[in-house]
Amino acid sequence: MNIVVLVKQVPDSGSERTLDSSDNTVARASADNVINEMDEYAIEEALKVKEAHGGEVTILTMGPESATDTIRKALSMGADKAIHVTDPALHGSCVIATSAVLAKALGTLEWDLVLSGAQSTDGGLTMMPALLAERLGVAHLSGARKLAVDGSKLTVERQTDGGYWTIEGQTPAIVSTWDTMNEPRYPSFKGIMAAKSKPVTTLSLADLGVDESEVGLAAATSTVLEFASRPPKGAGQQVKDEGDGATKLADFLASKKFV
Amino acid sequence: MSEVLVLVEAVADGDNIGLKKVTLEMLTAARVLGEPSAVVAGASGTAAAVQDRLAEYGAAKIYVAESDDIDNHLVAPKAEVLAQLVADSAATAVLLPSTQEGQEIAGRLALKIGSGLLNDISEVDADGTATQVVFAGAVIVKSKVAKGTPIYTVRPNSVAPEAAPGAGEVIAVDVAISDDAKKVTVLDRTVESGGGRPELTEASVIVSGGRGVGSAENFALIEGLADSLGGAVGASRAATDSGFYPHQYQVGQTGKTVSPQLYLAVGISGAIQHRAGMQTSKTIVAINKDNEAPIFELADFGVVGDLFQIVPALTEEITKRKA
Repeated sequence: MNIVVLVKQVPDSGSERTLDSSDNTVARASADNVINEMDEYAIEEALKVKEAHGGEVTILTMGPESATDTIRKALSMGADKAIHVTDPALHGSCVIATSAVLAKALGTLEWDLVLSGAQSTDGGLTMMPALLAERLGVAHLSGARKLAVDGSKLTVERQTDGGYWTIEGQTPAIVSTWDTMNEPRYPSFKGIMAAKSKPVTTLSLADLGVDESEVGLAAATSTVLEFASRPPKGAGQQVKDEGDGATKLADFLASKKFV
Repeated sequence: MSEVLVLVEAVADGDNIGLKKVTLEMLTAARVLGEPSAVVAGASGTAAAVQDRLAEYGAAKIYVAESDDIDNHLVAPKAEVLAQLVADSAATAVLLPSTQEGQEIAGRLALKIGSGLLNDISEVDADGTATQVVFAGAVIVKSKVAKGTPIYTVRPNSVAPEAAPGAGEVIAVDVAISDDAKKVTVLDRTVESGGGRPELTEASVIVSGGRGVGSAENFALIEGLADSLGGAVGASRAATDSGFYPHQYQVGQTGKTVSPQLYLAVGISGAIQHRAGMQTSKTIVAINKDNEAPIFELADFGVVGDLFQIVPALTEEITKRKA
């Protein structure tokens, strides 16, 4: 079973993140960029499926040149090869245009299964795999906390708010994973060394046959008008519990009409 | 007045079908843009159970698309129903809940109707400008859709629902779901007990426990406090990773984003990972033994002390005052 894993490089959610005031896009150049941590669960699941059923694991990412760090991280976990879609004209592309480019890139590969993380931690989007499924006309099994592969039949436990749904579909398919699905492995020293020599193919818009006018900031289907730092919430009242902490807290809750 | 489609989120509660609160919030937000039309897409009998309440919150029309094809297949059929309605009506905007399913439907719909979309908005103005709170609550962004009929997914608990009676005219929709939209079959829906508590993303009050709670058994204290306030129970990643509480209750960057009226953080230090998921809560209360814990920077009211003393006493005090 050949598997493609969608991976995104994002600004580290543990560091300060903002937008670039020159064009209102995510400030990536000044950020501490890392692999979207939700994608590690998709990589781990892909490696598990490969270990059980054979095949190859390919990493697919779209992003600036700096995204090669993220690709190496994914390869060091054990993926076999990578496709890096990169082109200066892609800067500022909206989710719709990005899905068009990724769908084209998936069209250049032979695959049975595409795995993605639950969400990107920068844009907060969970919809990319749904957009790709819509464009490619394949099944999308989302929110997977458990995946079972039986030939071409995929069965997934989809995490819901109050429990889970058991859902089923056939390959070729896209499965988006949940972060309770597995425990992503740490790259071994051997894995890190091996990653340096694994093949990474770079594709430009011209390679994919996408016209520059269809992507980038000018073609975006939504526009950021303005942004501002959210005023820090002023710290409120703090009391030290001297046996009366609970009463004081209850008084506060009562003053806010919660009790 | 222009028509705004609102995708109804209904939920089975035992033998009853109820509305998720986000539906009423979306109907309220939609009135800023035009006249709300509710869209019910699901199993037969759904609309009958919820239509009075939809009208009470301003639905002028209620489109009813009920079919086993919708109920038995994931996401894609609902996008087809909405695309058909956008084409057949004069809708000028579409609102969906910013849930996993809502986002997935929104994405597919955007491609079907050739529109742009804005995700996880907390507010929308009459001119279509939407507000998003991003990067763990650090940045507020105002954006507009630049193409087609704007699609918005609305973050639950962002808008205060207000009743405003609408005509509630019920219009049956002919449902013809394509084979392409039936590629994923729902075999079974399993309910895992939440102890009868409200769902995290819908709850007005959430009590969350962190590493400081110390064990799965001790989470009974958190549950007790939540129950005294009629709230939901959440947990920090440290707590779920330690196995104190199930993962689906995790609040944070990699868990649920919540925005309740009251958020009580118990034994949670307030790492950015956690703050990302709860920073937009209206009132925040923290109980922690470390007075330097970053959670206190957010707290409207903080108690420094031993949670094992304070929480039981607080639960008792609240129960007494409510009696």
